[in-house]
Amino acid sequence: MANLTINGKSYSLDVEPDTPLLWAIRENAGLTGTKYGCGIAQCGACTVHLDGAAVRSCGVTVSEAQGKQITTIEGLAADNGLHKVQQAWLENDVPQCGYCQSGMIMAVAALLKDNPKPSDQDINDAITNICRCGTFAQVREAIHAAANA
Amino acid sequence: MNQHVTPRLNRRSFVIGTAALGGGLALGLDIPFGGPQVVRAADGSPEVNAWVVIRPDDTVVIRIARSEMGQGSLTGLAQLVAEELACDWSKVTTEYPTPGQNVARKRVWGDFSTGGSRGIRSSQDYVRKGGAAARMMLIQAAADEWKVPVAECTAANSVITHKASGKTTTYGKVAEAAAKLTPPADVKLKDPKDWTLIGKGVKRLDTADKVTGAMVYGADIKLPGMLNAAIKDCPVTGGKLKSYDEAKIAGMKGVKKVVAVDGTAVAVVADTWWHAKTALDALPIVWDEGPNAKVSSESIGKWLAEGLDSGPAFVGNENGDAKAALASAVKKVEAVYNYPYQNHATMEPMNATALYTPERCEVWCGTQNGEAAFAAVLEASGLPADKCEVHKLILGGGFGRRGQTDYVRQAVQIAKAMPGTPVKLLWSREEDMTHGRYHPITQCKLTGGFDADNNLTALHMRISGQSILFSLRPDALVNGKDPATFQGLAPSGEATIGYSVPNLLIEHSMRNPHINPGFWRGVNVNQNAIYLECFMDELANAVGQDPLEFRRKLMSKNPKHLAVLNAVAEKIGWGTPAPEGVHRGLAQLHGYGSYVAGAAEISVIDGTKIKIHRIVASTDPGYVVNPAQVERQIAGSFVYGLSALFYGGCTVKDGRIEQTNFDSYNSMRIAEMPKVESIMLPSGGFWGGVGEPTIGVAAPAVLNAYFAATGKRIRSVPLRDQNITFA
Repeated sequence: MANLTINGKSYSLDVEPDTPLLWAIRENAGLTGTKYGCGIAQCGACTVHLDGAAVRSCGVTVSEAQGKQITTIEGLAADNGLHKVQQAWLENDVPQCGYCQSGMIMAVAALLKDNPKPSDQDINDAITNICRCGTFAQVREAIHAAANA
Repeated sequence: MNQHVTPRLNRRSFVIGTAALGGGLALGLDIPFGGPQVVRAADGSPEVNAWVVIRPDDTVVIRIARSEMGQGSLTGLAQLVAEELACDWSKVTTEYPTPGQNVARKRVWGDFSTGGSRGIRSSQDYVRKGGAAARMMLIQAAADEWKVPVAECTAANSVITHKASGKTTTYGKVAEAAAKLTPPADVKLKDPKDWTLIGKGVKRLDTADKVTGAMVYGADIKLPGMLNAAIKDCPVTGGKLKSYDEAKIAGMKGVKKVVAVDGTAVAVVADTWWHAKTALDALPIVWDEGPNAKVSSESIGKWLAEGLDSGPAFVGNENGDAKAALASAVKKVEAVYNYPYQNHATMEPMNATALYTPERCEVWCGTQNGEAAFAAVLEASGLPADKCEVHKLILGGGFGRRGQTDYVRQAVQIAKAMPGTPVKLLWSREEDMTHGRYHPITQCKLTGGFDADNNLTALHMRISGQSILFSLRPDALVNGKDPATFQGLAPSGEATIGYSVPNLLIEHSMRNPHINPGFWRGVNVNQNAIYLECFMDELANAVGQDPLEFRRKLMSKNPKHLAVLNAVAEKIGWGTPAPEGVHRGLAQLHGYGSYVAGAAEISVIDGTKIKIHRIVASTDPGYVVNPAQVERQIAGSFVYGLSALFYGGCTVKDGRIEQTNFDSYNSMRIAEMPKVESIMLPSGGFWGGVGEPTIGVAAPAVLNAYFAATGKRIRSVPLRDQNITFA
């Protein structure tokens, strides 16, 4: 059993401590907005926040996440509304297939928290998620839009 | 009107389809007690016809037969219907009819297949007619109610108006009556100049759930009592599963069952996928690797190279006598190019969820071809069509991979071993990377000949390598020849060569290694455009001519090819000085019915680090349904094509694919990709595809710019293998 705090809610989950956080989130907590893409922390589809910092949840174990605040795409916005990054994503029509976008949005939300007005170079350095559809131009526009929101 | 009547299951209803409308339109009538009734959607709202359901609150539900995998055609197809329906776009929503319903209703929605950039171009006519017929019936119903001539009534924005009397009503109010009418036999479509919604860059209809994590992809399906499966197929295609030691994983947490699949694979079923995968990794498996276990990239390369010079070949395009003209040429240029296997690497790995009982089999999955998935379910379950169903979900990427149904068949076979229990099969990224349906491997020898005045008099292209159709659709071979091999090089059709050369021979020595080939974004235009467009640059260079001017001289008979090339040349500033250290390259192509061109500006550091500063791309797809989505498809095709050029390429060792994940099969990131400046030049009169054609010009435009920068010609993909990467 492991106790995890996800999106401000306590979960007591029947999961081994060495289980990747990704799978505890998806399968044990049932929050499927966080996606499996590679399992080796390369693609970023599984990005969540751990105490506010963006991490690739496939590379973090449940035991490492215990006692920390875990935020997933489902809990990014307050009060069931949209976070400003999600709002910018909607207004800029960013997603194509959309599968990588939860992770992309989580990575961007963490970036803007640390760096409210990122330059293009800051974006290049911080956002390393893979998007096979190639939404990068819209991602960049939406990051700037969210920064100016 | 050629009518056929089909009883529907579980409902005393009949569906009358109209072949007069290309099989694309049906009016539902059910007559249980002699009185007219209508075919209803699941929520009870009336179908005006198979494409259009209108709810009492005026919500318009447009049925979309093709699959949405990111390419945006769900929105584009809805625009096509809504344009003719004259409905309020803000009230439009969409739904997928199921493949089972399509079969039960005599394929009233036509083809579900979504590939070859055909989603819109091959269904635009009948879906627009579906919208137009529904509009006519709705207006007729209002006119009937008001007892006024139908010709005096008009519709716009879901409101029907009779101007003389000032009466108005809405679609929601008359839909019930409209659904009872006989569909019109003669449906006239709007003149394109009168379009107000087609051609508009409206926002996608499927975005909201994609930004909140609420969108349910196949990998996200949850069913009551569902178990999860992980699978390993024999690492060498053609090999078999010999044995596995189930006792070694007995007692591992959550494990429920071990299932042999197809005699080539083994799956572990557990409570969670993580438990299934962990146990599968611990399961000792012995493979019979079969006859291909010694095949390598080197052995394949050698075999293909032999085909460049010897053995039989199919002729794909020929005029004049290229061999004789080359023999008498004053100057000859020769080069050999090659293009590797490529995996699709959709972000969502292959998966399908199946629930089997002896009476019924249902599958939930992302698929590019709902009907093919349905056929796979029938075959794997052994059940008839009226006892099977496929529930299509939004795809986490397709690119051609999800046109295949191997993962669907596997899921059904696993579920068959556990009747009554839904099982979700999810491939690991490693399984996905090593069991793809790969972009086929080819090499190409090109020889060009000039006369004394430096005119190109002959061109011989000999492609050696793999055919997709040979493996996937042998029935589509033409006397053994795979016409798709000549994509972008054909004398006529939707993918023609843009150059007129007096003596031309393009041929294919078909050699099919054991690695399974498949359709891939742009498929054969990827390599054919590199071969032809880079070689055109080589020819221009050989006679000291500007690559653009050299091409132009050969393109006078192909004005559409030339127009898109001229457009990118002008926008990139061809012929004007580039910024210091920046060099340019060009390419053009006709594929999937569209004329496209690309131009790149790059700089190169130490010959090994490339920075792409600008990309300009143009397309003439005939018509542009949604320019915002076309722009995204063009940009996305460059990301996919340049990822393949720089980072892609799957190699073979000991009969198996060596790349296993994104660490060995990388993909471009945001830092590496400039904004693509797109130019849309829809010239009308034909419907070309959008999702794929521009991918073909991505790699050759950059490779030609690399030559301009370095004087070094790259003839082998990927650049990774030559230690060239992004700056």
